[in-house]
Amino acid sequence: MLTLSPAEIDALLLSLRVGVVSVAASLPFALACAFLLSRCDFPGKSLIDGVVHLPLVLPPVAVGFGLLILFGRNGMIGSWLYAAFGFTFAFNWKGAALASAVVAFPLSVRAMRLSLDAVDRRLEAAARSLGASRWRVLATITLPLTAPGILTGAILGFARSVGEFGATITFVSNIPGQTRTLPLALYELTQIPGSDAAAWRLAILSVLVALVALIASEFLARRVNRRVKGIP
Amino acid sequence: MIEIAIEKRLGAFSLDARFAAPDSGITALFGRSGAGKTSLVNALAGLIRPDRGRIAVAGVPLFDSERGIDVPPEKRRLGYVFQEGRLFPHYSVRGNLLYGRKRAGDTDGPSFDTIVALLGIADLLERRPADLSGGEKQRVAIGRALLASPRLLLMDEPLASLDATRKAEILPFIERLRDELKLPVFYVSHEMDEIIRLADLLVLVDQGKIAAMGEVEDLTSRLDLWPLTGRYEAGAVIRTTLRGHDTSYGLSELAFPGGRLRVTRLELPLGTPLRVRIRARDVVIATERPTHLSIRNAFAGTIVEIQADRGPQVDLKLDIGTAERPVMLLARITLRAFQELQLAPGKQIFALVKTVSFDRHSFGRHIDNEVC
Repeated sequence: MLTLSPAEIDALLLSLRVGVVSVAASLPFALACAFLLSRCDFPGKSLIDGVVHLPLVLPPVAVGFGLLILFGRNGMIGSWLYAAFGFTFAFNWKGAALASAVVAFPLSVRAMRLSLDAVDRRLEAAARSLGASRWRVLATITLPLTAPGILTGAILGFARSVGEFGATITFVSNIPGQTRTLPLALYELTQIPGSDAAAWRLAILSVLVALVALIASEFLARRVNRRVKGIP
Repeated sequence: MIEIAIEKRLGAFSLDARFAAPDSGITALFGRSGAGKTSLVNALAGLIRPDRGRIAVAGVPLFDSERGIDVPPEKRRLGYVFQEGRLFPHYSVRGNLLYGRKRAGDTDGPSFDTIVALLGIADLLERRPADLSGGEKQRVAIGRALLASPRLLLMDEPLASLDATRKAEILPFIERLRDELKLPVFYVSHEMDEIIRLADLLVLVDQGKIAAMGEVEDLTSRLDLWPLTGRYEAGAVIRTTLRGHDTSYGLSELAFPGGRLRVTRLELPLGTPLRVRIRARDVVIATERPTHLSIRNAFAGTIVEIQADRGPQVDLKLDIGTAERPVMLLARITLRAFQELQLAPGKQIFALVKTVSFDRHSFGRHIDNEVC
């Protein structure tokens, strides 16, 4: 029970890689998006807000289908990417990371936006009056005070990415070692008669990954929050 | 000079303020909550942008709508002490103090050690703002603003969130800024106590406009301004010099042109210039010099002005000074007493003030030379 088969290790490592890469790559965009939604007023803001949140309410399969249309080898953006850089998302782990990132994006943005909304704007005004430029205020006041939200957003995004199924299987299919993440492997096992024990093992593994992520996030968020609020 | 002439609409409220204040001493902006004091200071600091007008400090324009000048707040070099302190929670006290040092450079303005000593915060440097008391927070906030070496310090009700003990702890520090650092201060308040203690120049703000400006003594003795300076607490402020201590009775004597005021003993050196507020409701009027009376302060004077259109009470403005140096006092008596004594403008009277009617909030030091 404690030793994992090579296929299981493959699926686990792939899931972790997809989760980490999707979070790392989408974090700057999520933060920028949260900042835009929290701080700026512009025409069409509610449209942007809606589009960002769309993956939260759409069936993941529809998201995967949309990605296929846009980023598939013959897709509108995908064909150009391949022609220009020889790069493709189609049927590899990068595609799985993109699918996860898109699905997880609204969760990350929401957490960061809430945290940005909670930053006391009067502290920023005080910093300006002390001679800090807008950029220095952003770097020394706004972002440090938003840190707990950024962390929460990143971990939520990671957890969502690791569990992503529908968009991934639709966009990049189920290829061992390339796109067969934990949920996909688990799904496959449930389709094969007599694989109950193996399915159990993967289900428990998924639970463990999620639990570790949540506990780590809780621990880190508390530490960061204390630091930010100045409680020793 | 600090010149302000700005207009700004904020919803239903409109600010239309124009005045010029000297760039020395403490200029107090006084008015009710919502009168526009904070908006005015925020416009000065560059935190809100006026619709129209001009702001200049020492001849340097900070805002000029006609010439398209709007210096961003970080380049205005104005220190700002906010009502709530606004210390950065994720920095230590030291980090907060040094935050604005970058702009100032290390050579400019008072040194870190000077300010820390002046404000008595040396023991707090490694603490976090969350561990400080309200009074400590405000002292750190003042130090932080000072260390950015501003050319003008703005203080927006810095004592409003503190209790009386903490207030008494901070007030001397503000006086020291004026006296030791020679830093001009704009002080926003709606507490007459603080104004009397600190202000050299008083600017009355009402409904977004400057209702009056002048010396504290002149404005508080104007009957027409009572609705703004506070009717119940109304009183005149007179300038005195501490001239004597009566140790056997525990009294002190304050001299002003026209007489000596006896108050309970003040632990201050002789010669100290003091402003004293005498509340109108603490003044008694007599038409002849009273005898067989416990009141020790009786001053001969004349009635200058009468305001009798406020129901059962009559407000009187009295001159108890000399021919060359008038000293205005306010008195509030009942309409009945007013009629029975047959008071009228120009009539000679005696104004009586109980020695024990003064408390420590009645006194403030002023920077001018001794008055007599």
